[in-house]
Amino acid sequence: MADFPPVTAEALNERRLLMERSRPGRTGVSLPVCDVPQSPLPDAALLRDDLDLPEVSEGEVVRYFTTLSQLNFSVDTNFYPLGSCTMKYNPKVNEAMAALPGFAGLHPHQPPRQAQGALEVLFRLQSLLAEVTGMAATSLVPLAGAQGELAGVLTIRAALEARGQGHRRKMLIPDTAHGTNPATAAMCGFNVVSIPSTPEGNIDLDAVRAQADADLAGVMFTQPTTLGLFDRNAVEMCRLVHEAGGLVYGDGANMNALLGRAKMGPLGFDVVHLNLHKTFSTPHGGGGPGAGPICANEELAPFIPGPIAVRDGSGEYDLAMPEHSIGRLGASHGNFGVLIRAFTYISELGREGMLDISGNAVLNANYLKARLCPLFDLPYERGVMHEVVFSARKRKGATALNISKRLLDNGFHAPTMYFPLVVPEALMIEPTETESKETLDAFIEVLERIDAEAASDPDFLAHAPYQTPASRMNEAQAARRPVLRWSREGA
Amino acid sequence: MAETGLRSPFIPNTPEDRAVMLAAVGAGSVEELFADIPAEHRHPPLALPEALDEMALRREMEALAARNLAPGASASFLGAGVYHHFCPSAVAPLVTRGEFLTSYTPYQPEVSQGTLQGSYEFQSLTAQLFGMEVSNAGMYDGASALAEAALMACRVTGHARVALTNTVNPRYVDTVRAYTAPQGIEVYTVDAAAPALEPETAALLAQYPNFLGVIEDAQAQSDAAHAAGALYCLSADPVAQALFKPAGAFGADIATGEGQALGVPASFGGPYVGIFTCKREHIRQLPGRIVGRTTDAQGRTGYVLTLQPREQHIRREHATSNICTSTALVGLWATVYMALMGKQGLRRVAELCYQKAHYAASRIGELPGYGLPVPGTFFQEFVVYCPTAPDRVNRALEAEGIVGGLDVSDQVPNGMLLCINETHTRADIDRLVAVLKGVR
Amino acid sequence: MDLPNDRSYSKEHEWALPQPDGTVLVGITEFAQHELGDVVYVELPKASAQVAQFKQMGEVESVKAVSELFSPLSGEVVEVNTALKDTPELVNESPYEKGWLVRVKPANPAELDALMDAAAYGALTA
Repeated sequence: MADFPPVTAEALNERRLLMERSRPGRTGVSLPVCDVPQSPLPDAALLRDDLDLPEVSEGEVVRYFTTLSQLNFSVDTNFYPLGSCTMKYNPKVNEAMAALPGFAGLHPHQPPRQAQGALEVLFRLQSLLAEVTGMAATSLVPLAGAQGELAGVLTIRAALEARGQGHRRKMLIPDTAHGTNPATAAMCGFNVVSIPSTPEGNIDLDAVRAQADADLAGVMFTQPTTLGLFDRNAVEMCRLVHEAGGLVYGDGANMNALLGRAKMGPLGFDVVHLNLHKTFSTPHGGGGPGAGPICANEELAPFIPGPIAVRDGSGEYDLAMPEHSIGRLGASHGNFGVLIRAFTYISELGREGMLDISGNAVLNANYLKARLCPLFDLPYERGVMHEVVFSARKRKGATALNISKRLLDNGFHAPTMYFPLVVPEALMIEPTETESKETLDAFIEVLERIDAEAASDPDFLAHAPYQTPASRMNEAQAARRPVLRWSREGA
Repeated sequence: MAETGLRSPFIPNTPEDRAVMLAAVGAGSVEELFADIPAEHRHPPLALPEALDEMALRREMEALAARNLAPGASASFLGAGVYHHFCPSAVAPLVTRGEFLTSYTPYQPEVSQGTLQGSYEFQSLTAQLFGMEVSNAGMYDGASALAEAALMACRVTGHARVALTNTVNPRYVDTVRAYTAPQGIEVYTVDAAAPALEPETAALLAQYPNFLGVIEDAQAQSDAAHAAGALYCLSADPVAQALFKPAGAFGADIATGEGQALGVPASFGGPYVGIFTCKREHIRQLPGRIVGRTTDAQGRTGYVLTLQPREQHIRREHATSNICTSTALVGLWATVYMALMGKQGLRRVAELCYQKAHYAASRIGELPGYGLPVPGTFFQEFVVYCPTAPDRVNRALEAEGIVGGLDVSDQVPNGMLLCINETHTRADIDRLVAVLKGVR
Repeated sequence: MDLPNDRSYSKEHEWALPQPDGTVLVGITEFAQHELGDVVYVELPKASAQVAQFKQMGEVESVKAVSELFSPLSGEVVEVNTALKDTPELVNESPYEKGWLVRVKPANPAELDALMDAAAYGALTA
């Protein structure tokens, strides 16, 4: 077979934008004639005369977007070990269930009596998630993980106010935390205090003690941490924060490791969010939609956002606002289409399945850790949970960026790079439980080959990838003179 | 324990695989890998149901779905921010392709050009539809987009007070309040017809058409906002933009919208996509993901996430928002819908909405006991005065398999907000009218 | 690394170059631009704004980072390098000349004594 470049001239042509394909008179839709007596349109001054949308036929649209899709890596096509994102396989039955007309066609403002089946799904999912986390109540309202964080921290704020402690302003956040944590704390009106980690990768309890005063509102904590470790100081940290009158927010980004193995409530968390698009297999969609429900203990339950599903004595379901709810975070009661996929997933896996998920996810991560140790520095010499964080410093001349880009050439998506910030040249690898040993072995073999390339020809690595639909992008150019849309002038 | 047998089709490791891997790890069992969890917290009781096989699962889910009244768009007359519009058959199979469905945020642009170019198209088409200069790649939904607009206006102006007109969707008002309160931002309400702004107001927030379906004088609102030194933020219906003057024509500084109207299933509340557009001068205060055009090492046009220092992963507590998602897949749905509809199709859909709604309004207005109490130009929604409580009317419709309008009797006595659009034939509307006629 | 002898340096990697008219030009050093990588946006104070020595006066963004700019002296900003608005890469390409940031009318010229000369700054960044 001839050695064609991966993107042919024809395929490049297929990348013309919709407006560049537009030809006057074409359409991609068949619409009815008006079958009612015509009313006069309003005064022309109110009407639009310049609608500039593309004019393309259905076949052209289908070929265009199909071609575009083929420029993507995805879980359906590639191993996608993007750390902290839990890129597990997304079961197809989830899609089929979410598309049932009785769910997809249901309007959110219909009276509850017309939506008993959907409300039962919400009610049961609330209970399932509360059980998994060891909490008292669940709000399915938050539309994504970051909004779950917002919901959780606003809930803490409301609970502190109810205690007469609304003046507390200090929110502790470990230096390993995802950027959403401090961003959320700031949106909620708190002042962020960064807490360092110990050399073993646990939170520094002395640093927590030093902040445990009358201004302490709480802590935002990810367990397992973004280092892929179960933080052995976290139980004590929760105790210290509670003792000082603060509350503990749990970031559930890494719940995949803990399913059936430990519950966030008994570990000392007061409220926790879950990423259904990570732990519970709903597809990531190229960057959403997700869902970020929160689960809260008895004290915080009255404050969670609403409306949530409730059931009366006769078994009828309804929507209701929790007693002292922080209110609405969107026009509806959650991303139902995402929630139903998670409900489907939990139902198909069941109780034992939860243990299968966490057990195999953690085993796969530890297997990669054991096999990849010869290639990379391991900043923390201990067993990992669902993911392993390496430093690419071991091989002189290799960088996390170059290794990642070369992985793309070999058909593997890159790990998360340069995060967490406390590990230099970080490579954060999360295999998930849905990858086979053969896939992991192939990944290891490719990394060994890349390591050899880094030793023999670092410059070759520095310009990778070579086989992908696009090569390295000029990101500085994009940011210096932003071109953010098609325009007739720019065309 | 769960190490024996193959219970799940989603987990490939066999017991033999696990044995080999445990040996490589140097562990005796999977349990050992969880030793860092304090023993008293490890393996707590877990009261979850047993696993269902796929056939049993489908039976159960189909039974649950059957307990909902979802008669299809032709027999539904409920809108109030979420609309059953016709969606061409080509949309779903394209958007649900695995390459779009199961990828993630395009951190590696070399292998994410499909998602990135799709988002660039979304930004292009929504900006054009709203008549605005720039758009981001998408927000959660229309309500949270308006709330983020309020926060952005406060950043742009340095003020901490926003005005909402009295005709904005109450659910949107609640969302704006939940987002702004923790930052000490004051929210007050003004008359949509004559907005009187207090000094140092960051923004006037309005809705177009308003919650009760009426097209307001957006130019007068915009002038009032600008005269007071405030930004004008308009939450606009995307389909209405194809018929009526778009947000940009009134000098809106920020225009948001609920992208669900662009053919996205109602799906009992989500997922939807928030549209967020603004004037170019404000791009560094935009929340959320933005895709920009650039070139790759070989000089070929390509797309990347850009202006990232605004965002939480870099600026952390100083970010413009904590949002990470662009709800890319729903944005793609809206994009493919707009591509198929195009210039002629979307205008035609909007005109059909207008015509069908006006036919229905004139028929219902003639019925004894009914009336049209809210004056003004409307698009696809209008308030009907009912001869009895709207809930009674809705129950009568329900008995005929029809989903009625939203009960707005808290705003208009015996008021019901009805939505009639391109999905309704004359026969559908006549059937609605016939049932209404029988309700006293 | 390029380090002109005609100006003073702060430990925050800014330089200050007195002009014949009594004003002082301010910019960032070669070391700083190299550490930052591709500069994509520079947020500067407006003309007539007051800046204070060693206090934040703006921000510089690279593709995936943002850093604060600290003024090496106190005074009034009398001119801003408007070329940086459309061509922020001047900060990378010509940090000591075309990529200057602001021109300041010093409130207290003696403040410059608190800065380092090229040799001292060179030792700091060696």
